[in-house]
Amino acid sequence: MNEKDSNPTEKKDNQENADQKPVSHGRREAIKALATVPVLGAMAYGVYRKRKQEMRNLTSADMFHFKSEVAPLSPLSADGRIIRLGIIGSGIRGKQLMIALGFGTPEYVERLIQGQKQNSSDNRFKDFREQEDLKIVITAICDIFDVHAEEAISAGANIHREGLNGKYGTAPRRYHHYRELLAAEDVDAVVIASPDHWHGQMALDAARAGKHVYLEKPMTWTVPETYALRSAVKESGIIFQLGHQNRQVEAYGRAREIVAKGLLGPVSLIETGTNRNDPNGAWVYKIHPDASPETIDWQQFEGDPERVKEYMDYMTSSGLAKYVGPEPRDKFSLERFFRWRCWWDYSTGLSGDLLTHEYDAMNQIMHLGIPSSATSSGGVYFFRDGRTVPDVLQTAFEYAHKGLTMLYSATLASQFNRSRKIMGHDATMEVGNTLTVTIDPRSEQYRDKINNGTIKPGQPFYHYVPGKSIDAVTSATELYFAERGLLYSYVDGKRYNTTYLHLREWLECIRNGEQPSCDIDRGFEEAITAHMGTRAYLEGRTMYWDPEKEEITRG
Amino acid sequence: MNQCNYSKGQLSVLVTLRVLIGWYFLYEGLVKLLSPRWTAYGYLMDSKGVFAPLYKMIAGNPDLMAAADFINMWGLLLVGLFLIMGLFEKTGYIGAILFLVLYYLSHPPLLQATYLLPTEGSYLWVDKNLVMLGAVAVLFFFPTAKKIGMDRIICKNKSK
Repeated sequence: MNEKDSNPTEKKDNQENADQKPVSHGRREAIKALATVPVLGAMAYGVYRKRKQEMRNLTSADMFHFKSEVAPLSPLSADGRIIRLGIIGSGIRGKQLMIALGFGTPEYVERLIQGQKQNSSDNRFKDFREQEDLKIVITAICDIFDVHAEEAISAGANIHREGLNGKYGTAPRRYHHYRELLAAEDVDAVVIASPDHWHGQMALDAARAGKHVYLEKPMTWTVPETYALRSAVKESGIIFQLGHQNRQVEAYGRAREIVAKGLLGPVSLIETGTNRNDPNGAWVYKIHPDASPETIDWQQFEGDPERVKEYMDYMTSSGLAKYVGPEPRDKFSLERFFRWRCWWDYSTGLSGDLLTHEYDAMNQIMHLGIPSSATSSGGVYFFRDGRTVPDVLQTAFEYAHKGLTMLYSATLASQFNRSRKIMGHDATMEVGNTLTVTIDPRSEQYRDKINNGTIKPGQPFYHYVPGKSIDAVTSATELYFAERGLLYSYVDGKRYNTTYLHLREWLECIRNGEQPSCDIDRGFEEAITAHMGTRAYLEGRTMYWDPEKEEITRG
Repeated sequence: MNQCNYSKGQLSVLVTLRVLIGWYFLYEGLVKLLSPRWTAYGYLMDSKGVFAPLYKMIAGNPDLMAAADFINMWGLLLVGLFLIMGLFEKTGYIGAILFLVLYYLSHPPLLQATYLLPTEGSYLWVDKNLVMLGAVAVLFFFPTAKKIGMDRIICKNKSK
């Protein structure tokens, strides 16, 4: 500030003041200079009061105190040997799995590159390129549709993740029958993404051939093969992972802790479901223009004779012939080849495709195991396109020994969002990518805190947001962003694809000889549970589980 | 720089306005400082309008994001302190204007834009950030800290 900047009038005033009242002048100056500073004190007091109140409200931090943060991704083992993979089935899901492993066709990568060029905030190409190298090589491919096989070969050779006209590596060898692939010496492990009716048999043959297995869900198509597969996996000692990638959802780990600590009180009801509303979601997939009897090995598609016999024996002996076909199994059909999920002849319906994911999520959190009984209802109500599997399904699984019911409710003709709820006597937890716990107004465990006003029942009391260390989200803003996945993807530094994490876990277990999270025992529980639901629907009566004999019975 | 001769009423409302805006900034900064792991990531990723790619680029880069969080937290706090205390008044106003412009450009109330966070009012082209920006601009041209504020001491010391 220059001399000339000061106000001459003020200066004169000050001069006069100084002459007249030298003592009070300084005080007045100080008052004028510091007049607004007490405002800071007011704010400090306000912030102190507010924090104190928040701390009282945030007893969730005490009550929901957890020892550890969910473990971050551990690095790949240093001495990681290269694992040679065979891919069996490279249709829609098979290609997704290859992409998760880091192998996309040049056409796919080119689309990502163009996407980034058109929209700089489209990070898919960058993410794909930067995805960690899992130290694998794809040496073998088997698909019975030539186009899918060729695509998988070009993806397998695209080792540098390049677009069109890039530099590619050695192309994997194509096998026309999966058993030839399983006999190949340069295959250590297989990823199986075939239609449901082949799952159990292919995994069984792979285990017998000593190949490690990553198998898409559901684990099996028939009940008998479920037992056979479990034995084969255990006897062979291979590393088996069932493709429930939701095992990798970070929030589920914390949800498990909340249940284990009894914070929900006794749980009596679990509600899960599926809502979809488009033809693709209802399995009306596109039919490839190049598909024909010449490009598809229909005979292999029909299935393993032994498994087909098991299926037919069950269907005919239980009076379910109306659900078989309706077309003969040996008749070539493009619809049945591409939309096989719509017919029991190849499919496990909603139970196998989508109920299994919901069940496995709850099995992770609640350690449910196999239910004591299952009852189902539903029908083909919307997609009346000749399918035999229902598009609306309700299944109630009773866990009589645990005193709870798990309800699964699905429609393929409404996309309304319903959250998964675990309902306890003291609180209810909604489970998604985030967790929300709401205290019950009639809770006994929290009665004191409800009475003294610390807990407002009926309102969300605790939120868990993956990647955040605090156990209570402090503002509505955070919750908004978190629920939309905007918060944790940053804290993690990267947005991880759960399928990638699930495959990674399996590969690491192969290297370390450990068991992955969705091993054969969890797979057995998943398969039997789904079969109980399916049979209850088909037969129109309750199915029971005899844990001693390990058998599904009709009571 | 000339500080006008205000009437008592003028001086009172101008100082009050300065303190109110300062309070707003200071508290926003404090809240962020006191929230563990607070980050503007979600806010930046929710940007709309012509500058959205720039904000998202910042959010996408962990180093830039860390810098943006740091600047926000401490910048808001400092601006708030300056305005309330009447210290380095003009610097405070310039800082406030910079922040408000950045917020406005990140979340412009456009015809088509909808944001994750619901607003407490209804806005078209003009929102509260812009209104506050106007108020800060007024204060910039009608400064008060050399009359009521710690700049008075600095000013006196310098003029000695």
